[in-house]
Amino acid sequence: MTVPVVGGPGGRPPQPPLVQLLTPEGERVEHPDYSIDVTPDELRAFYRDLVLVRRVDAEATALQRQGELGLWASLLGQEAAQVGSARALAPQDYVFPTYREHGVAWCRDVDPVTLLGLYRGVNLGGWDPAEHNFHLYTIVIGSQTLHATGYAMGVQRDGAVGTGDPARDTAVIAYFGDGATSQGDVNEAFVFASVNNAPVVFFCQNNQWAISEPNERQTRVPLYQRAAGFGFPGLRVDGNDVLAVHAVTRAALDRARRGEGPTFVEAFTYRMGAHTTSDDPTRYRIEAEVEEWKLKDPIARVKALLARTGQAGEEFFAAVEAEADRLAEHVRSECLAMPDPEPVSMFDHAYRDPHPLVAEERAWFAEYHAGFEQSGVDESGLAAAAQAQR
Amino acid sequence: MSPRTTTIAKAVNEGLRRAMEDDPKVLVMGEDVGRLGGVFRVTDGLQKDFGEDRVIDTPLAESGIIGTAIGLALRGYRPVCEIQFDGFIYPAYDQIVSQLAKMGYRSGGKLSLPVVVRVPYGGGIGAVEHHSESPEAYFAHTAGLRVVTCSNPADAYFMTQQAIRSDDPVMVFEPKRRYWDKGELDPAAEPLPLHAARVARAGTDVTVAAYGPMVRTVLEAATAAEAEGRSLEVVDLRSLSPLDLDTLVASVERTRRLVVVHEAPTFLGLGAEIAARVTERCFYHLEAPVLRVGGFHLPYPASRLEEEYLPDLDRVLDAVDRALAF
Ligand SMILES: Cc1ncc(C[n+]2csc(CCOP(=O)(O)OP(=O)(O)O)c2C)c(N)n1
Ligand SMILES: [Mg+2]
Repeated sequence: MTVPVVGGPGGRPPQPPLVQLLTPEGERVEHPDYSIDVTPDELRAFYRDLVLVRRVDAEATALQRQGELGLWASLLGQEAAQVGSARALAPQDYVFPTYREHGVAWCRDVDPVTLLGLYRGVNLGGWDPAEHNFHLYTIVIGSQTLHATGYAMGVQRDGAVGTGDPARDTAVIAYFGDGATSQGDVNEAFVFASVNNAPVVFFCQNNQWAISEPNERQTRVPLYQRAAGFGFPGLRVDGNDVLAVHAVTRAALDRARRGEGPTFVEAFTYRMGAHTTSDDPTRYRIEAEVEEWKLKDPIARVKALLARTGQAGEEFFAAVEAEADRLAEHVRSECLAMPDPEPVSMFDHAYRDPHPLVAEERAWFAEYHAGFEQSGVDESGLAAAAQAQR
Repeated sequence: MSPRTTTIAKAVNEGLRRAMEDDPKVLVMGEDVGRLGGVFRVTDGLQKDFGEDRVIDTPLAESGIIGTAIGLALRGYRPVCEIQFDGFIYPAYDQIVSQLAKMGYRSGGKLSLPVVVRVPYGGGIGAVEHHSESPEAYFAHTAGLRVVTCSNPADAYFMTQQAIRSDDPVMVFEPKRRYWDKGELDPAAEPLPLHAARVARAGTDVTVAAYGPMVRTVLEAATAAEAEGRSLEVVDLRSLSPLDLDTLVASVERTRRLVVVHEAPTFLGLGAEIAARVTERCFYHLEAPVLRVGGFHLPYPASRLEEEYLPDLDRVLDAVDRALAF
């Protein structure tokens, strides 16, 4: 069944305007509601973040191809949405990411190597959330929006909103995708945040795709318009424009910290790569669409602005490239050096307090395992023997 | 506070009140728990005394209740969530099983999730569909959760507080048809550990293990059996995850026979797990196979049939007879 879609040319609803401060060609433009003064230092810092984050991502994709990671979810194309928003955070703010927020992690000082543990399969999320105010990656689509909302309700109870003290007032940001907006949990998060006036920013990276499903399979209205029905503001920003994302997110976070409640930010962007390294997008989308979005690249426009306005020259760009190379080398060598966990360590941390069943199974397993070592047969020996038989 | 007679519902209320007095981070949240005091009045008066910030009438969304409780816990709070009825816990199943149970493990022990989920459960109150279920096995099956259930006011009072003090997530199943059952509560008494089973009545011929609403049924069966010269030892399991097998095994080694009773369907219920484990540990002591008495493999039936569906004194005694006949 085809659902008739009313609206603009080609049967598509007319697209609403984006908040944009930097065009794909690298022209600075003004917006009546959002302005930004960026110093040359700040602009160069954005550029550096964007380049480094893209480079880490490319290295991780390569590591997956070489069998060092089981999977990787690339952020290619979404660097500006992530860096622009994350650089608007105060240290005390708290982030609830999905599995693709490597650029946000970077801005929260999480060593990119740490992100690989989960994808290599040596842990389930290796960083200390409290150290970075950056929660673990959440894979179940949408769940973290409720955690963010609850955390924000805790912030309210701690009296850490609306005091006017910039070091105390705290906002929470929940990242999620366009597909996630269909989840019940995301809609429940909107309800809980709204009725509690919780200091949370719902940051949706609309990268146009949820694996193989385009926006049309999730919604008949522009996503940001959903917010109105829940009773808080929503807006759409050019997600490939780091300046606009930054300005919009900063305003939303400030609003939350002042105690004025949630905001829905729809960062309109594009997933340039496959959903993950396991995916084959040629089965569901045409190359022309990707080509169209290449012209809106988030990094090229910052570079164009920097170069044209003389805020950076070849020396700077080369230095950033060199730094990216060093970072990639760090990621690669540390990844290869990541040891497999000790088998018995799987029994750690299922519970905080002692648990007799886990203790019993751990003891059994340890003894069972030790049996192999005593008989001189380790598992690789067994595997080799099985191989020889075949 | 002096020893007194009270009900399970009031004892949970007092347990919550004590926990809230002891720790300002303890919150109560759920549907209608505030102004109304909960549909069973278990949270009666708490909002009046602790305010709307600590006793929260939430939107009507179970996943939202558990999901936001997780966020509150990450911020340092100790939320106690009420799920209004057993049959309405399923919208929250994902948040409980995939997030609450696993987040501490996922974090490698860096995060703790001291969330309590209170669930009035079980049948026998003549309710419409979805208000009489016994979903405890789903949660006992899930690593990362602790699952307990009370059968009397003293346990209700202490277990509520112990669950709140636990740094692991705890599901507390409250036997709703026994909410108004009376019993002794001495707040100054030394409580059992949260995960200990208790011999509720000593006996010699058959051990009958039960929990929650079935403990009273089994105690009544023991009284009836005594009149016929049979001595039943009743074990109130109290904790469903972890199980206190040591207490149970010690009892079975004395009586050499075990019947497990619960309202939940027997197929893959707690009784199945207990039978397997007790058989493994007591194989040479057992004079009879471990028998189970429980619900049938059916959706909970219409209430005019529930007396036939639910295990009762006669079904317990029938199983005791069968165990003794081996
Ligand atoms: C509850 C749930 N259902 C299905 C999946 C499998 N899955 C993983 S990512 C994904 C698509 C998510 O799309 P979107 O929210 O747009 O985020 P994106 O991957 O585009 O960043 C799906 C279906 C999942 N992780 N969780
Ligand atoms: Mg998407």
